[in-house]
Amino acid sequence: MAAPRFWREAPSRYNLVATRCGNCGSVSFPPRSFCPKCHRKSVGRMERFRLAGKGSVYTYSVVHEVPSELDMQKPYVIAMIEMDEGAKLTAQVIDVDPKDVHIGMRVRATLRRLGDEGPDGIIHYGYKFVPILN
Amino acid sequence: MDVGIVSYGAYVPRYRIRPQEIGKVWGADGDAMGRGLYITQKSVPAPDEDVVTISVEAARNMLLRKPIDPECINALYVGSESHPYAVKPTGTIVAAAIEAVPDLTVADFEFACKAGTAAIQVCMGMVGAGLARYGVAIGADTSQGAPGDPLEYSASAGGAAYLIGTEDIIATINRTMSFTTDTPDFWRREGRSYPSHGGRFTGGPAYFKHVTSCANMLMEAMGTIPEDYDHAVFHQPNGKFPTRMAKMLGFSNGQVETGLLTPFIGNTYSGAVPLGLAAVLDIAKPGDRIFVIAYGSGAGSDGFDITVTDAMDSFDRDAAPKVRDLMERTKEIDYATYAKFRGKILMKEVSI
Ligand SMILES: [Zn+2]
Repeated sequence: MAAPRFWREAPSRYNLVATRCGNCGSVSFPPRSFCPKCHRKSVGRMERFRLAGKGSVYTYSVVHEVPSELDMQKPYVIAMIEMDEGAKLTAQVIDVDPKDVHIGMRVRATLRRLGDEGPDGIIHYGYKFVPILN
Repeated sequence: MDVGIVSYGAYVPRYRIRPQEIGKVWGADGDAMGRGLYITQKSVPAPDEDVVTISVEAARNMLLRKPIDPECINALYVGSESHPYAVKPTGTIVAAAIEAVPDLTVADFEFACKAGTAAIQVCMGMVGAGLARYGVAIGADTSQGAPGDPLEYSASAGGAAYLIGTEDIIATINRTMSFTTDTPDFWRREGRSYPSHGGRFTGGPAYFKHVTSCANMLMEAMGTIPEDYDHAVFHQPNGKFPTRMAKMLGFSNGQVETGLLTPFIGNTYSGAVPLGLAAVLDIAKPGDRIFVIAYGSGAGSDGFDITVTDAMDSFDRDAAPKVRDLMERTKEIDYATYAKFRGKILMKEVSI
């Protein structure tokens, strides 16, 4: 991914900045400028806010055939996370044995390296999820 | 006006490797090495962890305990010898990740293992001078020893973040003093992967001389003796140096044991004293007095005389993991996994 695009998306990648529709209350992540349900009614009524970072595993998959930049982490878990505010997003679940991951598992967001643009390129940071320990 | 610690947060990666496992690979007696250094295991960062991610996790834990408006943070400094970029600050990424940008000053510090305590001193100056409402000082590292080098048994990863200010202080910093000389006991040249060190030279004229001088200077200035302190935290490149140091200065094992983490997580370099102090703050009571001496090769020591205030009683320590929680949340790995995680295996294409 090109550096400028990544840079523009940093607030959502670092801090899970989402939008809430002022018309119907539905939450979008990444942020949107209008609501996918209310369309024109939501224009100018989309409120930006930060997701608290907690959610549950909605569904997941253990990935064995990985892109080369994730070679060091295979096999890894990619999951759809349902955030407590309602938005769903896709992210890696880490710091856990893949066989211990289950649907409904409580997780929280953390910041990790997502990859880089080679040894001379910039490093990308963003959210991944770790189990919430009791 | 008192200046002190308003909040703090810690982070230690969960992977661990034992000295026996390292010794097995290099034909060395890992048991004896572990006993000699007094290290039972060391922490290892995951392949997607570095000083940025460790600093962010520690800073977010700090803000969980004291949820101030991050826009009131006007200074942020990260001390480390393993910043991910040679040019491009760690601190800007950390500041963005805790939503403290853009109204603040940021810089990365480097002074071997005492860059984190130097950051605390600068924050004290900024806050004390009224140039910042709050300052954030972080010490974090993901240090490496060359394969087979004695340092490989100790060099580990972790860090802690401190919110320094003048309001709602949980621990007043009564005084800070430093002792610095030009001593080539440990170094790493630009572009090299692993540090070099002066072998036995790292003990006497380096660690012991600087820590002793700084400790005596501080106690003399404060008119105190070791018995006046409830806890003492010394820089801990291994488990043995700080234990011997404490004895030489007249501190008991009881005074140092809470802040002595290296036997269980290894030497976290810039994270070592900040993490040791965090472990003490995890259990400290109002009125407790804490003596802290950091050490950085090259060489210098930063000393702090700290008193825990009554505000500690209403401070939400349980809002973030304590150092002991992080020490118990572990997964042991073998040397092959460790070598893979730490980039010690030559790959066809190097990434992450
Ligand atoms: Zn809507």
